Amino acid sequence: MSSVLQLLLEGEHLNTAQMAQVLGMSESEIEAELTRLKAEEIFLGWRPVLNPDRAQENVVRAVIEVKISPERDGGFDRLATRIARFDAVESCFLMSGGYDLLVFAVGKDLREVASFVSERLSTVEGVLSTATHFMLRAYKEQGYLLLSPSEREDKPAVSP
Amino acid sequence: MSDNGQHFVADHVAGLPRSGIRDFFSIVAAMPQAISLGIGEPDFVTPWHIREAAIFALEKGKTSYTDNLGLIRLRREISSYVENNFGISYHPETDVLVAVGVSEALDIALRAVLNPGDKVLYHEPCYVSYSPSIVLAHAQPIAVGTSAEDQFGIDPERVEAAWEPGCKVLMLNFPTNPTGGVTERAKLERLAKFAIEKDLLVISDEIYSELTFEGEHTSIASLPGMQERTIFLHGFSKAFAMTGFRIGYACGPKPLIEAMMKVHQYSMLCAPILSQEAAIEALKNGAPAVAKMKEQYHRRRDLIVRRFNEAGLDCHSPKGSFYAFPSIQSTGLDSLNFCKGLLDEEEVAVVPGTAFGPSGAGFARASFSTSYERIIEATDRVERYVEKLSKRA
Repeated sequence: MSSVLQLLLEGEHLNTAQMAQVLGMSESEIEAELTRLKAEEIFLGWRPVLNPDRAQENVVRAVIEVKISPERDGGFDRLATRIARFDAVESCFLMSGGYDLLVFAVGKDLREVASFVSERLSTVEGVLSTATHFMLRAYKEQGYLLLSPSEREDKPAVSP
Repeated sequence: MSDNGQHFVADHVAGLPRSGIRDFFSIVAAMPQAISLGIGEPDFVTPWHIREAAIFALEKGKTSYTDNLGLIRLRREISSYVENNFGISYHPETDVLVAVGVSEALDIALRAVLNPGDKVLYHEPCYVSYSPSIVLAHAQPIAVGTSAEDQFGIDPERVEAAWEPGCKVLMLNFPTNPTGGVTERAKLERLAKFAIEKDLLVISDEIYSELTFEGEHTSIASLPGMQERTIFLHGFSKAFAMTGFRIGYACGPKPLIEAMMKVHQYSMLCAPILSQEAAIEALKNGAPAVAKMKEQYHRRRDLIVRRFNEAGLDCHSPKGSFYAFPSIQSTGLDSLNFCKGLLDEEEVAVVPGTAFGPSGAGFARASFSTSYERIIEATDRVERYVEKLSKRA
């Protein structure tokens, strides 16, 4: 794995100058590596990770189990991509087991998500059924624990 | 007498110096905004699966004493871990003792083997407790200096030169706190030969061995003829980020473990059972977490060493541990004044090399057990400070 990618995955937020220092590379080398990773669609982009309970805007999130019928050419891909293109869809995965697609959807309120499911998703030709579950509370988001108290406050500043 | 009880304190205890690190700690404690590179423990929290194992043990009501030597399940895990990673075979029933950290293991090892007046060779700069532990066992410490030219590995010739009649023990700690020094196999072999020739017992503290960044770690106990004269000490604090669990162990020949067990049972009785349960989980399933932490320490090391050298402080690249030990001699200041000045003027805490013995003079210990961002900010400030000093000169 590229050292730049490894550093990104560690999760400490660093600018390119800091990344250059950590890896002993020049800033332009870091930029070039990021450009390459993006060009090869390995690294897709940056997004902030928010605590849904504290972020200003209220959003409603749902997980939707979707059954779809596969097609002779391309199996699930065309339909799955079509569903994934909706703005309301954050993520979309093909699953093994009792249903085909697991769709993570957001809306500004319950009604918006409900209308996405009933008016958009269910009406796509090839969608056989949906089961929608609304999220009530987040405990961990993209690797960040949300309810964890400070874990090291008693640690001395100097120790042998 | 009106000395508040001072006259009751034993002479050999009254004569011990306070740890230099404690003095420095009191200064830093009053400056919460300072960036501390003075922390001698991992910045990582113990991996969750290990903490969870301790919680589960508590839930199951594991709140009793254990066997003095430690839970046999843990001793079996230790035995196979040491065999797989160090190539030394210890019998879990008789050759392994679980202690309250390597600190306790070291203390009871010294108390178990030393008679009053015996002499102990150890290399310096070293962990702050070595010399006091020897004195507390009524023995005489003999320091063998290590130097930057050898990247703070031990030079067997200097050990041989320092030897004198009455030497019974040679203490080793590689990789070393505070220098990150290691000693290559060829030199360990020569030391082993010398130990056999002079009938020395070796006490080898290998707490940082998993954090070896270059080359393979060799334990002196694995060399021919050495297992029978070595007490191998290891623990969970550094590699598994378990400092607060206070759990470590000693492996050695049965009669020595038996002797250490006597001291241990009459003083500590046993290590806390919850820590022992957590340690079992660490040995069974902790390797991936250790590898991940080591990778980050490695990158941090490369960063801090490069930055110190760029700042004008000569700094060798430590082959192990999470400490850099830059020379501050180019600034013209002594260790303590350099560190005090750096703290006053730039609010960065590093530990004076002299806290680790007189041969640490001219150096400072900087722990890279902290985030990249803090290392970058701290070393920027060090650079500014060194520049200011050179202008003043």
